[in-house]
Amino acid sequence: MTRYFTDEHEWIDVEDGIATVGITDYAQGQLGDIVFVELPEVGALIEQGKDAAVVESVKAASDVYAPITGEITEVNPALEGDPALVNSAPEDDGWFFKMTIADEGELDRLMDEDSYKAFVEAL
Amino acid sequence: MTAPNQSGWRPEMQVAENGLLGGPATTTGNRALMLEEPLLFEIGRADVTGVDLPVVDASAPNRLAGLERNAAIGLVGLTEPETVRHYTRLSRQNYGIDLGFFPLGSCTMKHNPRLNEKVARLPGFADVHPLAPQATVQGALEVISQLGEWLCKLTGMPAVAMSPKAGAHGELCGILAIRAAHEARGDAREVVLVPESAHGTNPATAAFANYRVEDIPATPEGRVDVAALKARLEVGGPDKCDVAAVMITNPNTCGLFEKDFREIADAVHAAGGYVYCDGANFNAIVGKVRPGDLGVDAMHINLHKTFSTPHGGGGPGSGPVVLSDALAPFAPLPFVRRQADGAFYLVEEEHREERGPSFGRMTAFHGQMGMFTRALTYMLSHGADGLKQVAEDAVLNANFILRSMEDILHAPFAASGPCMHEALFGDKDFTGGLSTLDVAKGLIDEGYHPMTVYFPLVVHGAMLVEPTETESKAAIDQFITAFRAVVERALAGDEALKQAPYYAPRRRLDETAAARKPRLVFEG
Amino acid sequence: MRYLPLTDTDRAAMLAKIGAATVDDLFVDVPEVARLDGPIHDLPLHASEMAVERHMKALAAKNLVAGDVPFFLGAGAYRHHVPASVDAIIQRGEFLTAYTPYQPEIAQGTLQMLFEFQTQVARLYGCAVANASMYDGSTACWEAVAMATRVTRRSRAVLSGALHPHYAGVVKTMAQFTGDTIADAMPAITPEPDLAGLIARIDDQTACVVVQYPDILGRISDLTAVAEAAHARGALLVVVNTEPVALGACKSPGEMGADIVVGEGQSLGVGLQFGGPYLGLFAVRDPRHVRQMPGRLCGETEDAEGKRGFVLTLSTREQHIRREKATSNICTNSGLCALAFSVHMTLLGEAGLRQLAAENHRLACLAADRLARVPGVRVLNTAFFNEFTLLLDGKPAREIIRDLADRGVLGGVSLGRLYGGVTALDHALLVAVTETTTEDDIEQLARELEASVKETV
Repeated sequence: MTRYFTDEHEWIDVEDGIATVGITDYAQGQLGDIVFVELPEVGALIEQGKDAAVVESVKAASDVYAPITGEITEVNPALEGDPALVNSAPEDDGWFFKMTIADEGELDRLMDEDSYKAFVEAL
Repeated sequence: MTAPNQSGWRPEMQVAENGLLGGPATTTGNRALMLEEPLLFEIGRADVTGVDLPVVDASAPNRLAGLERNAAIGLVGLTEPETVRHYTRLSRQNYGIDLGFFPLGSCTMKHNPRLNEKVARLPGFADVHPLAPQATVQGALEVISQLGEWLCKLTGMPAVAMSPKAGAHGELCGILAIRAAHEARGDAREVVLVPESAHGTNPATAAFANYRVEDIPATPEGRVDVAALKARLEVGGPDKCDVAAVMITNPNTCGLFEKDFREIADAVHAAGGYVYCDGANFNAIVGKVRPGDLGVDAMHINLHKTFSTPHGGGGPGSGPVVLSDALAPFAPLPFVRRQADGAFYLVEEEHREERGPSFGRMTAFHGQMGMFTRALTYMLSHGADGLKQVAEDAVLNANFILRSMEDILHAPFAASGPCMHEALFGDKDFTGGLSTLDVAKGLIDEGYHPMTVYFPLVVHGAMLVEPTETESKAAIDQFITAFRAVVERALAGDEALKQAPYYAPRRRLDETAAARKPRLVFEG
Repeated sequence: MRYLPLTDTDRAAMLAKIGAATVDDLFVDVPEVARLDGPIHDLPLHASEMAVERHMKALAAKNLVAGDVPFFLGAGAYRHHVPASVDAIIQRGEFLTAYTPYQPEIAQGTLQMLFEFQTQVARLYGCAVANASMYDGSTACWEAVAMATRVTRRSRAVLSGALHPHYAGVVKTMAQFTGDTIADAMPAITPEPDLAGLIARIDDQTACVVVQYPDILGRISDLTAVAEAAHARGALLVVVNTEPVALGACKSPGEMGADIVVGEGQSLGVGLQFGGPYLGLFAVRDPRHVRQMPGRLCGETEDAEGKRGFVLTLSTREQHIRREKATSNICTNSGLCALAFSVHMTLLGEAGLRQLAAENHRLACLAADRLARVPGVRVLNTAFFNEFTLLLDGKPAREIIRDLADRGVLGGVSLGRLYGGVTALDHALLVAVTETTTEDDIEQLARELEASVKETV
């Protein structure tokens, strides 16, 4: 399994042609207490860089962009009842959605863990 | 540091034992005049009423077609003495202008004259039906007409739409008139430019009217970047401008007058666009400058800000919109006109010719009459000379606060010159993890309603202080003393400030829990 | 000037601190050409409290006060008795001069009141959740349509022909700009509303069907079938109520399957006020729709000491956070009118509201029976609550209303006024009766109406 990162602070795990997407620990720290996550509909086709989800704290709502182009195959049902999972386990149980990978080439342009770490440190 | 209070109370008088207020805990949780109050649904009963009504025979024949409401509704009642006490006790957990200084930036919390309240309650205004035959409501129509005339003269604009219900509704009115005007000339456009510092209603309004919202960049001194704006108007080349309008607040939300407004307006007009001015801050310039002289096409006026109608815990407001000649034909229905014989009448849907290209109706009936009578009363009280003094004193008070704070509190635009009616500060030098929120809560303990916080978004940890003109110098001096004291604590990293307020009816409330598991009605 | 506390000495001291010679130095950023050099001419100068009151009283005196004559107007604004304590409470400075409760620690009075108000409205409407108010019923009606388009992701709304024409007008105005399709209709002058015809207009593209209850002609009918038909097509049922007192006698919209219930709350606590400010009510039956609601919401929580308290919540739906992605651009709403409504509702309670509704209905039945005996006059409705439609033997109702006013009776609202230029409706008259109507008023209307119908051609 390979993990990629975007400069919008999303992480992407790729396994068997399916990408699992969430936001990074750094992102949840910036957002503060998450109170709600609006997830896309299963079956939706979303282009890279377009709005896929919305993550809300008390005083802010932030768009989460699709890191790659693909079709939504599953969303995390646990987030509806327990949005705090995004704070407690952002890069694990707090995942947002799974999607197909329309163009493997898009993955190559994302960051790996080390580059993301450097990217965050430079912020 | 002591902030002397007119009551003679001094901080050292506090007894520091057994809890924050001193003294032993009480059985009831009340502390003398600080009274706890249960929910209506915990004290009311379904079979209690505070109104004497005839008892109607329930078995009498009715015309309800079998739709009787048989199941319990779930409402509860209180007798009159209990009702008066419930709400009076609740009222004492509220801060209002009547209690003290309320420097909430961009909201203009000025004194609400009680004459306005008295006049609005005259039966000739309060007990009149909106659809009564127009010959029987000539005085009501004349109030609308007179108020409209005042608004036109004060703004230097030729026309006014009176029906919008609040500021944001007025914005919508202006933007819809702009869309209608462009469509009428076959020049539908797609973009509205809004500065980042704008009120959230501006982009929300433009988006509602199906426009794409783009940011206008700001200069480091806190004003619209005219060069960038002009460059944006030229995108696509001559005769291809896709910008329908710019929405600019003037004075802007950084508290500064947009000195290049006329130049901006000329450029927008040359590109075929219109200029919407958010008039939320008209209080600063009423009687000093007329927006019509600056090239404005549409501007809403919050009667509950500049013209002193009460804010009422969040409305009702009233948002008449003054319009240029270019936009006036598209104004919403209804509007008041005058016949040759002097009688007033309403132009409504049925007047197919007179209504012209009006974009239609925005609300039932004719607008916020109860606010019109209050605002007109206020204008007559102040007159042209008094309103000019209103602007001057509001601006003077704000500058006095700016210059009394800037030595210890980051004032990002202090070097840009005088501010208008509000002074803007940021949290730059706070230490120990203290924030603007902590300063706000600290001011609550000092007996003040805090300033507007975290708005505008262009300044980190923004604190927007609007004193208004209805404060005495003594009140402002005391506020400055208290504000400086709280700011000093934030600069010094005083941990105790993180838990403020200590003395309000409630300590900090858990907004995260409220949003995660919303409880919006009483269950039980 | 009585509202300005600064003295000239104060002003001089403050200018000195600022480092400005005159107050005009503070306006240097205003381009010189635009600066006014004195008070705006042709506006009067300041005036005493007494002089202003005199001016305003003279204007008020030019209006015919509803309470001074037999009065039967309704059509979305009803004259009810408001207990004296309502006005005393809303004039308390802590309510009157407070702002939107953005600092909850010192706004618990407004917040707890809003929480109670939301509960009252939700229960009255038979819904799960209500918001903290909108501008008025008509704008709430549009917001309901807009919400239905968000929930269903469809863009067509079907309006009942018997929806208040101003409400339909607002919806159509707004839809011109949002690009939504509005299928509207004119009211049919029939004893009962044509619900089958309405159901037939719902299609698979329909986001919502909007029905008024009681409707613009005062008719009431069971909307359960409309709800079922809408749901079968994936659409929502929006029910509009302009007379909340009716819901003290009639089944609630929520009980009949309405998804969004909106309305005008003016009847309770607010008064006529020539049309505003009024009070928009907005509720939803399914709590899962809460995040698509417009406007402010107050929610329960705890403070740092564990005490119960209230805050504005789910604010990320709103313009000050979401900006161009907000569910609505509404900011200020009708807080003080919500307080007036809530206090009046508290004074009534369930028992009082039911008595009030029963008394309204009793008097309306009495009036309908009496007016039906006027030669040439017919009552249209099979069923009604406190408002019904009269047919005037082909005579123009609008002229008769003007004539009645000359005879000292405010006799109702003509459909000619509401639907100007539509000849098919011009002989119909809406008559509203409330607890403020006396039996003498009804008799006087009957007598004058008889004379007026006879003499009007």
